[in-house]
Amino acid sequence: MIYLQLYWEFFKTGLFAVGGGMATVPFLREIALRTGWYTPAMLADMIAVSESTPGPIGVNMATYVGYTVGGVPGAIVATLGIVSPCIIIILIIASFLEAFRSSPTVERVFYGIRPASTALIAAAGLGVMRLCLVDEAALAAGSLLSAVRLPQILLLAVIWVLTNLVKPLKKLHPLVFIALSAAAGIAFAM
Amino acid sequence: MKNATLSDLFLSFARVGVMTFGGGYAMLPMLQREIVENRGWATEEELTDYFAIGQCTPGVIAVNTATFIGRKTAGIAGGIAATLGVVFPSLVIITLLASLLSNFADIPAVQHAFAGVRVCVCVLIFNAVVKLWKKTVIDRATLLIFLAALAGSLFTNLSPAVFVVVSGLAGLAVKVWGARK
Repeated sequence: MIYLQLYWEFFKTGLFAVGGGMATVPFLREIALRTGWYTPAMLADMIAVSESTPGPIGVNMATYVGYTVGGVPGAIVATLGIVSPCIIIILIIASFLEAFRSSPTVERVFYGIRPASTALIAAAGLGVMRLCLVDEAALAAGSLLSAVRLPQILLLAVIWVLTNLVKPLKKLHPLVFIALSAAAGIAFAM
Repeated sequence: MKNATLSDLFLSFARVGVMTFGGGYAMLPMLQREIVENRGWATEEELTDYFAIGQCTPGVIAVNTATFIGRKTAGIAGGIAATLGVVFPSLVIITLLASLLSNFADIPAVQHAFAGVRVCVCVLIFNAVVKLWKKTVIDRATLLIFLAALAGSLFTNLSPAVFVVVSGLAGLAVKVWGARK
């Protein structure tokens, strides 16, 4: 009953991921670690593909994970799973839109959830970063120096500078930087 | 307000889904053109409202907005039709890409390329966090919630859902207590 489980996992993700596409990452990471359906490295690749293709990132991620776990039916089930809570919640909210928008309780609850959601994404990001920059096998062997992947760290610095400090490049689509990084990965055999 | 047929809703939102790269705010201009200007299903203000609510409610923002507009123009069935429309392109494109990529995953060049791409993903996540940080960590209480959730998710195996629920209660408690003082 993998499909039922997929639906449920993505239903929960849709229900608790607040603040857009990246907010699904901590949930998908937790699913990866708990179920072993896919590895955190595969998750990082899925993020890249989801960012570089049309469609909402959260939906793309669900489709990709679903396909990886259970083929085409898995893709459909996971996608339906992540949108089900959205549909239910919005249909409920829409019927008392004004009350929802002006409710101090709602505002207070989200005042607390928003920074936590940011923190969850940050923690998931740190997980991806460790995966990219640290060679766990070398680290386990006790060799700190060779455990650090230098080319990756250099590329990280370059992409950060390009996306944050170089004015004409900042507005470019992430796809450009993803393509650039793929080329660098091949060039330096990362 | 114009009424919409279910197939109109499905097709319009499928078009928005195809044309949106990157989700979130990237979708707003597409929605403005398709939903407000071409179809007249919502006004500019309504769209902005839906978008804001979509951002502060759980779920995928694009899906939330689609459900809102679909429901408004054609009832509950409309909400579902619009939502299926917005996810349809993703289903097709990602499934094709994923099956393609899984066939090439063993080629060394592809593995090197993805090793490079993962580094880029780190930066993209980091940039997203910085942007969210500016909007969500706005005072001492939200900073504390941020740090607690960060430490909690780094050092425990609790589900992220736990942090969402607890932080929501914490936000409520902080504001209610602050208002009483």
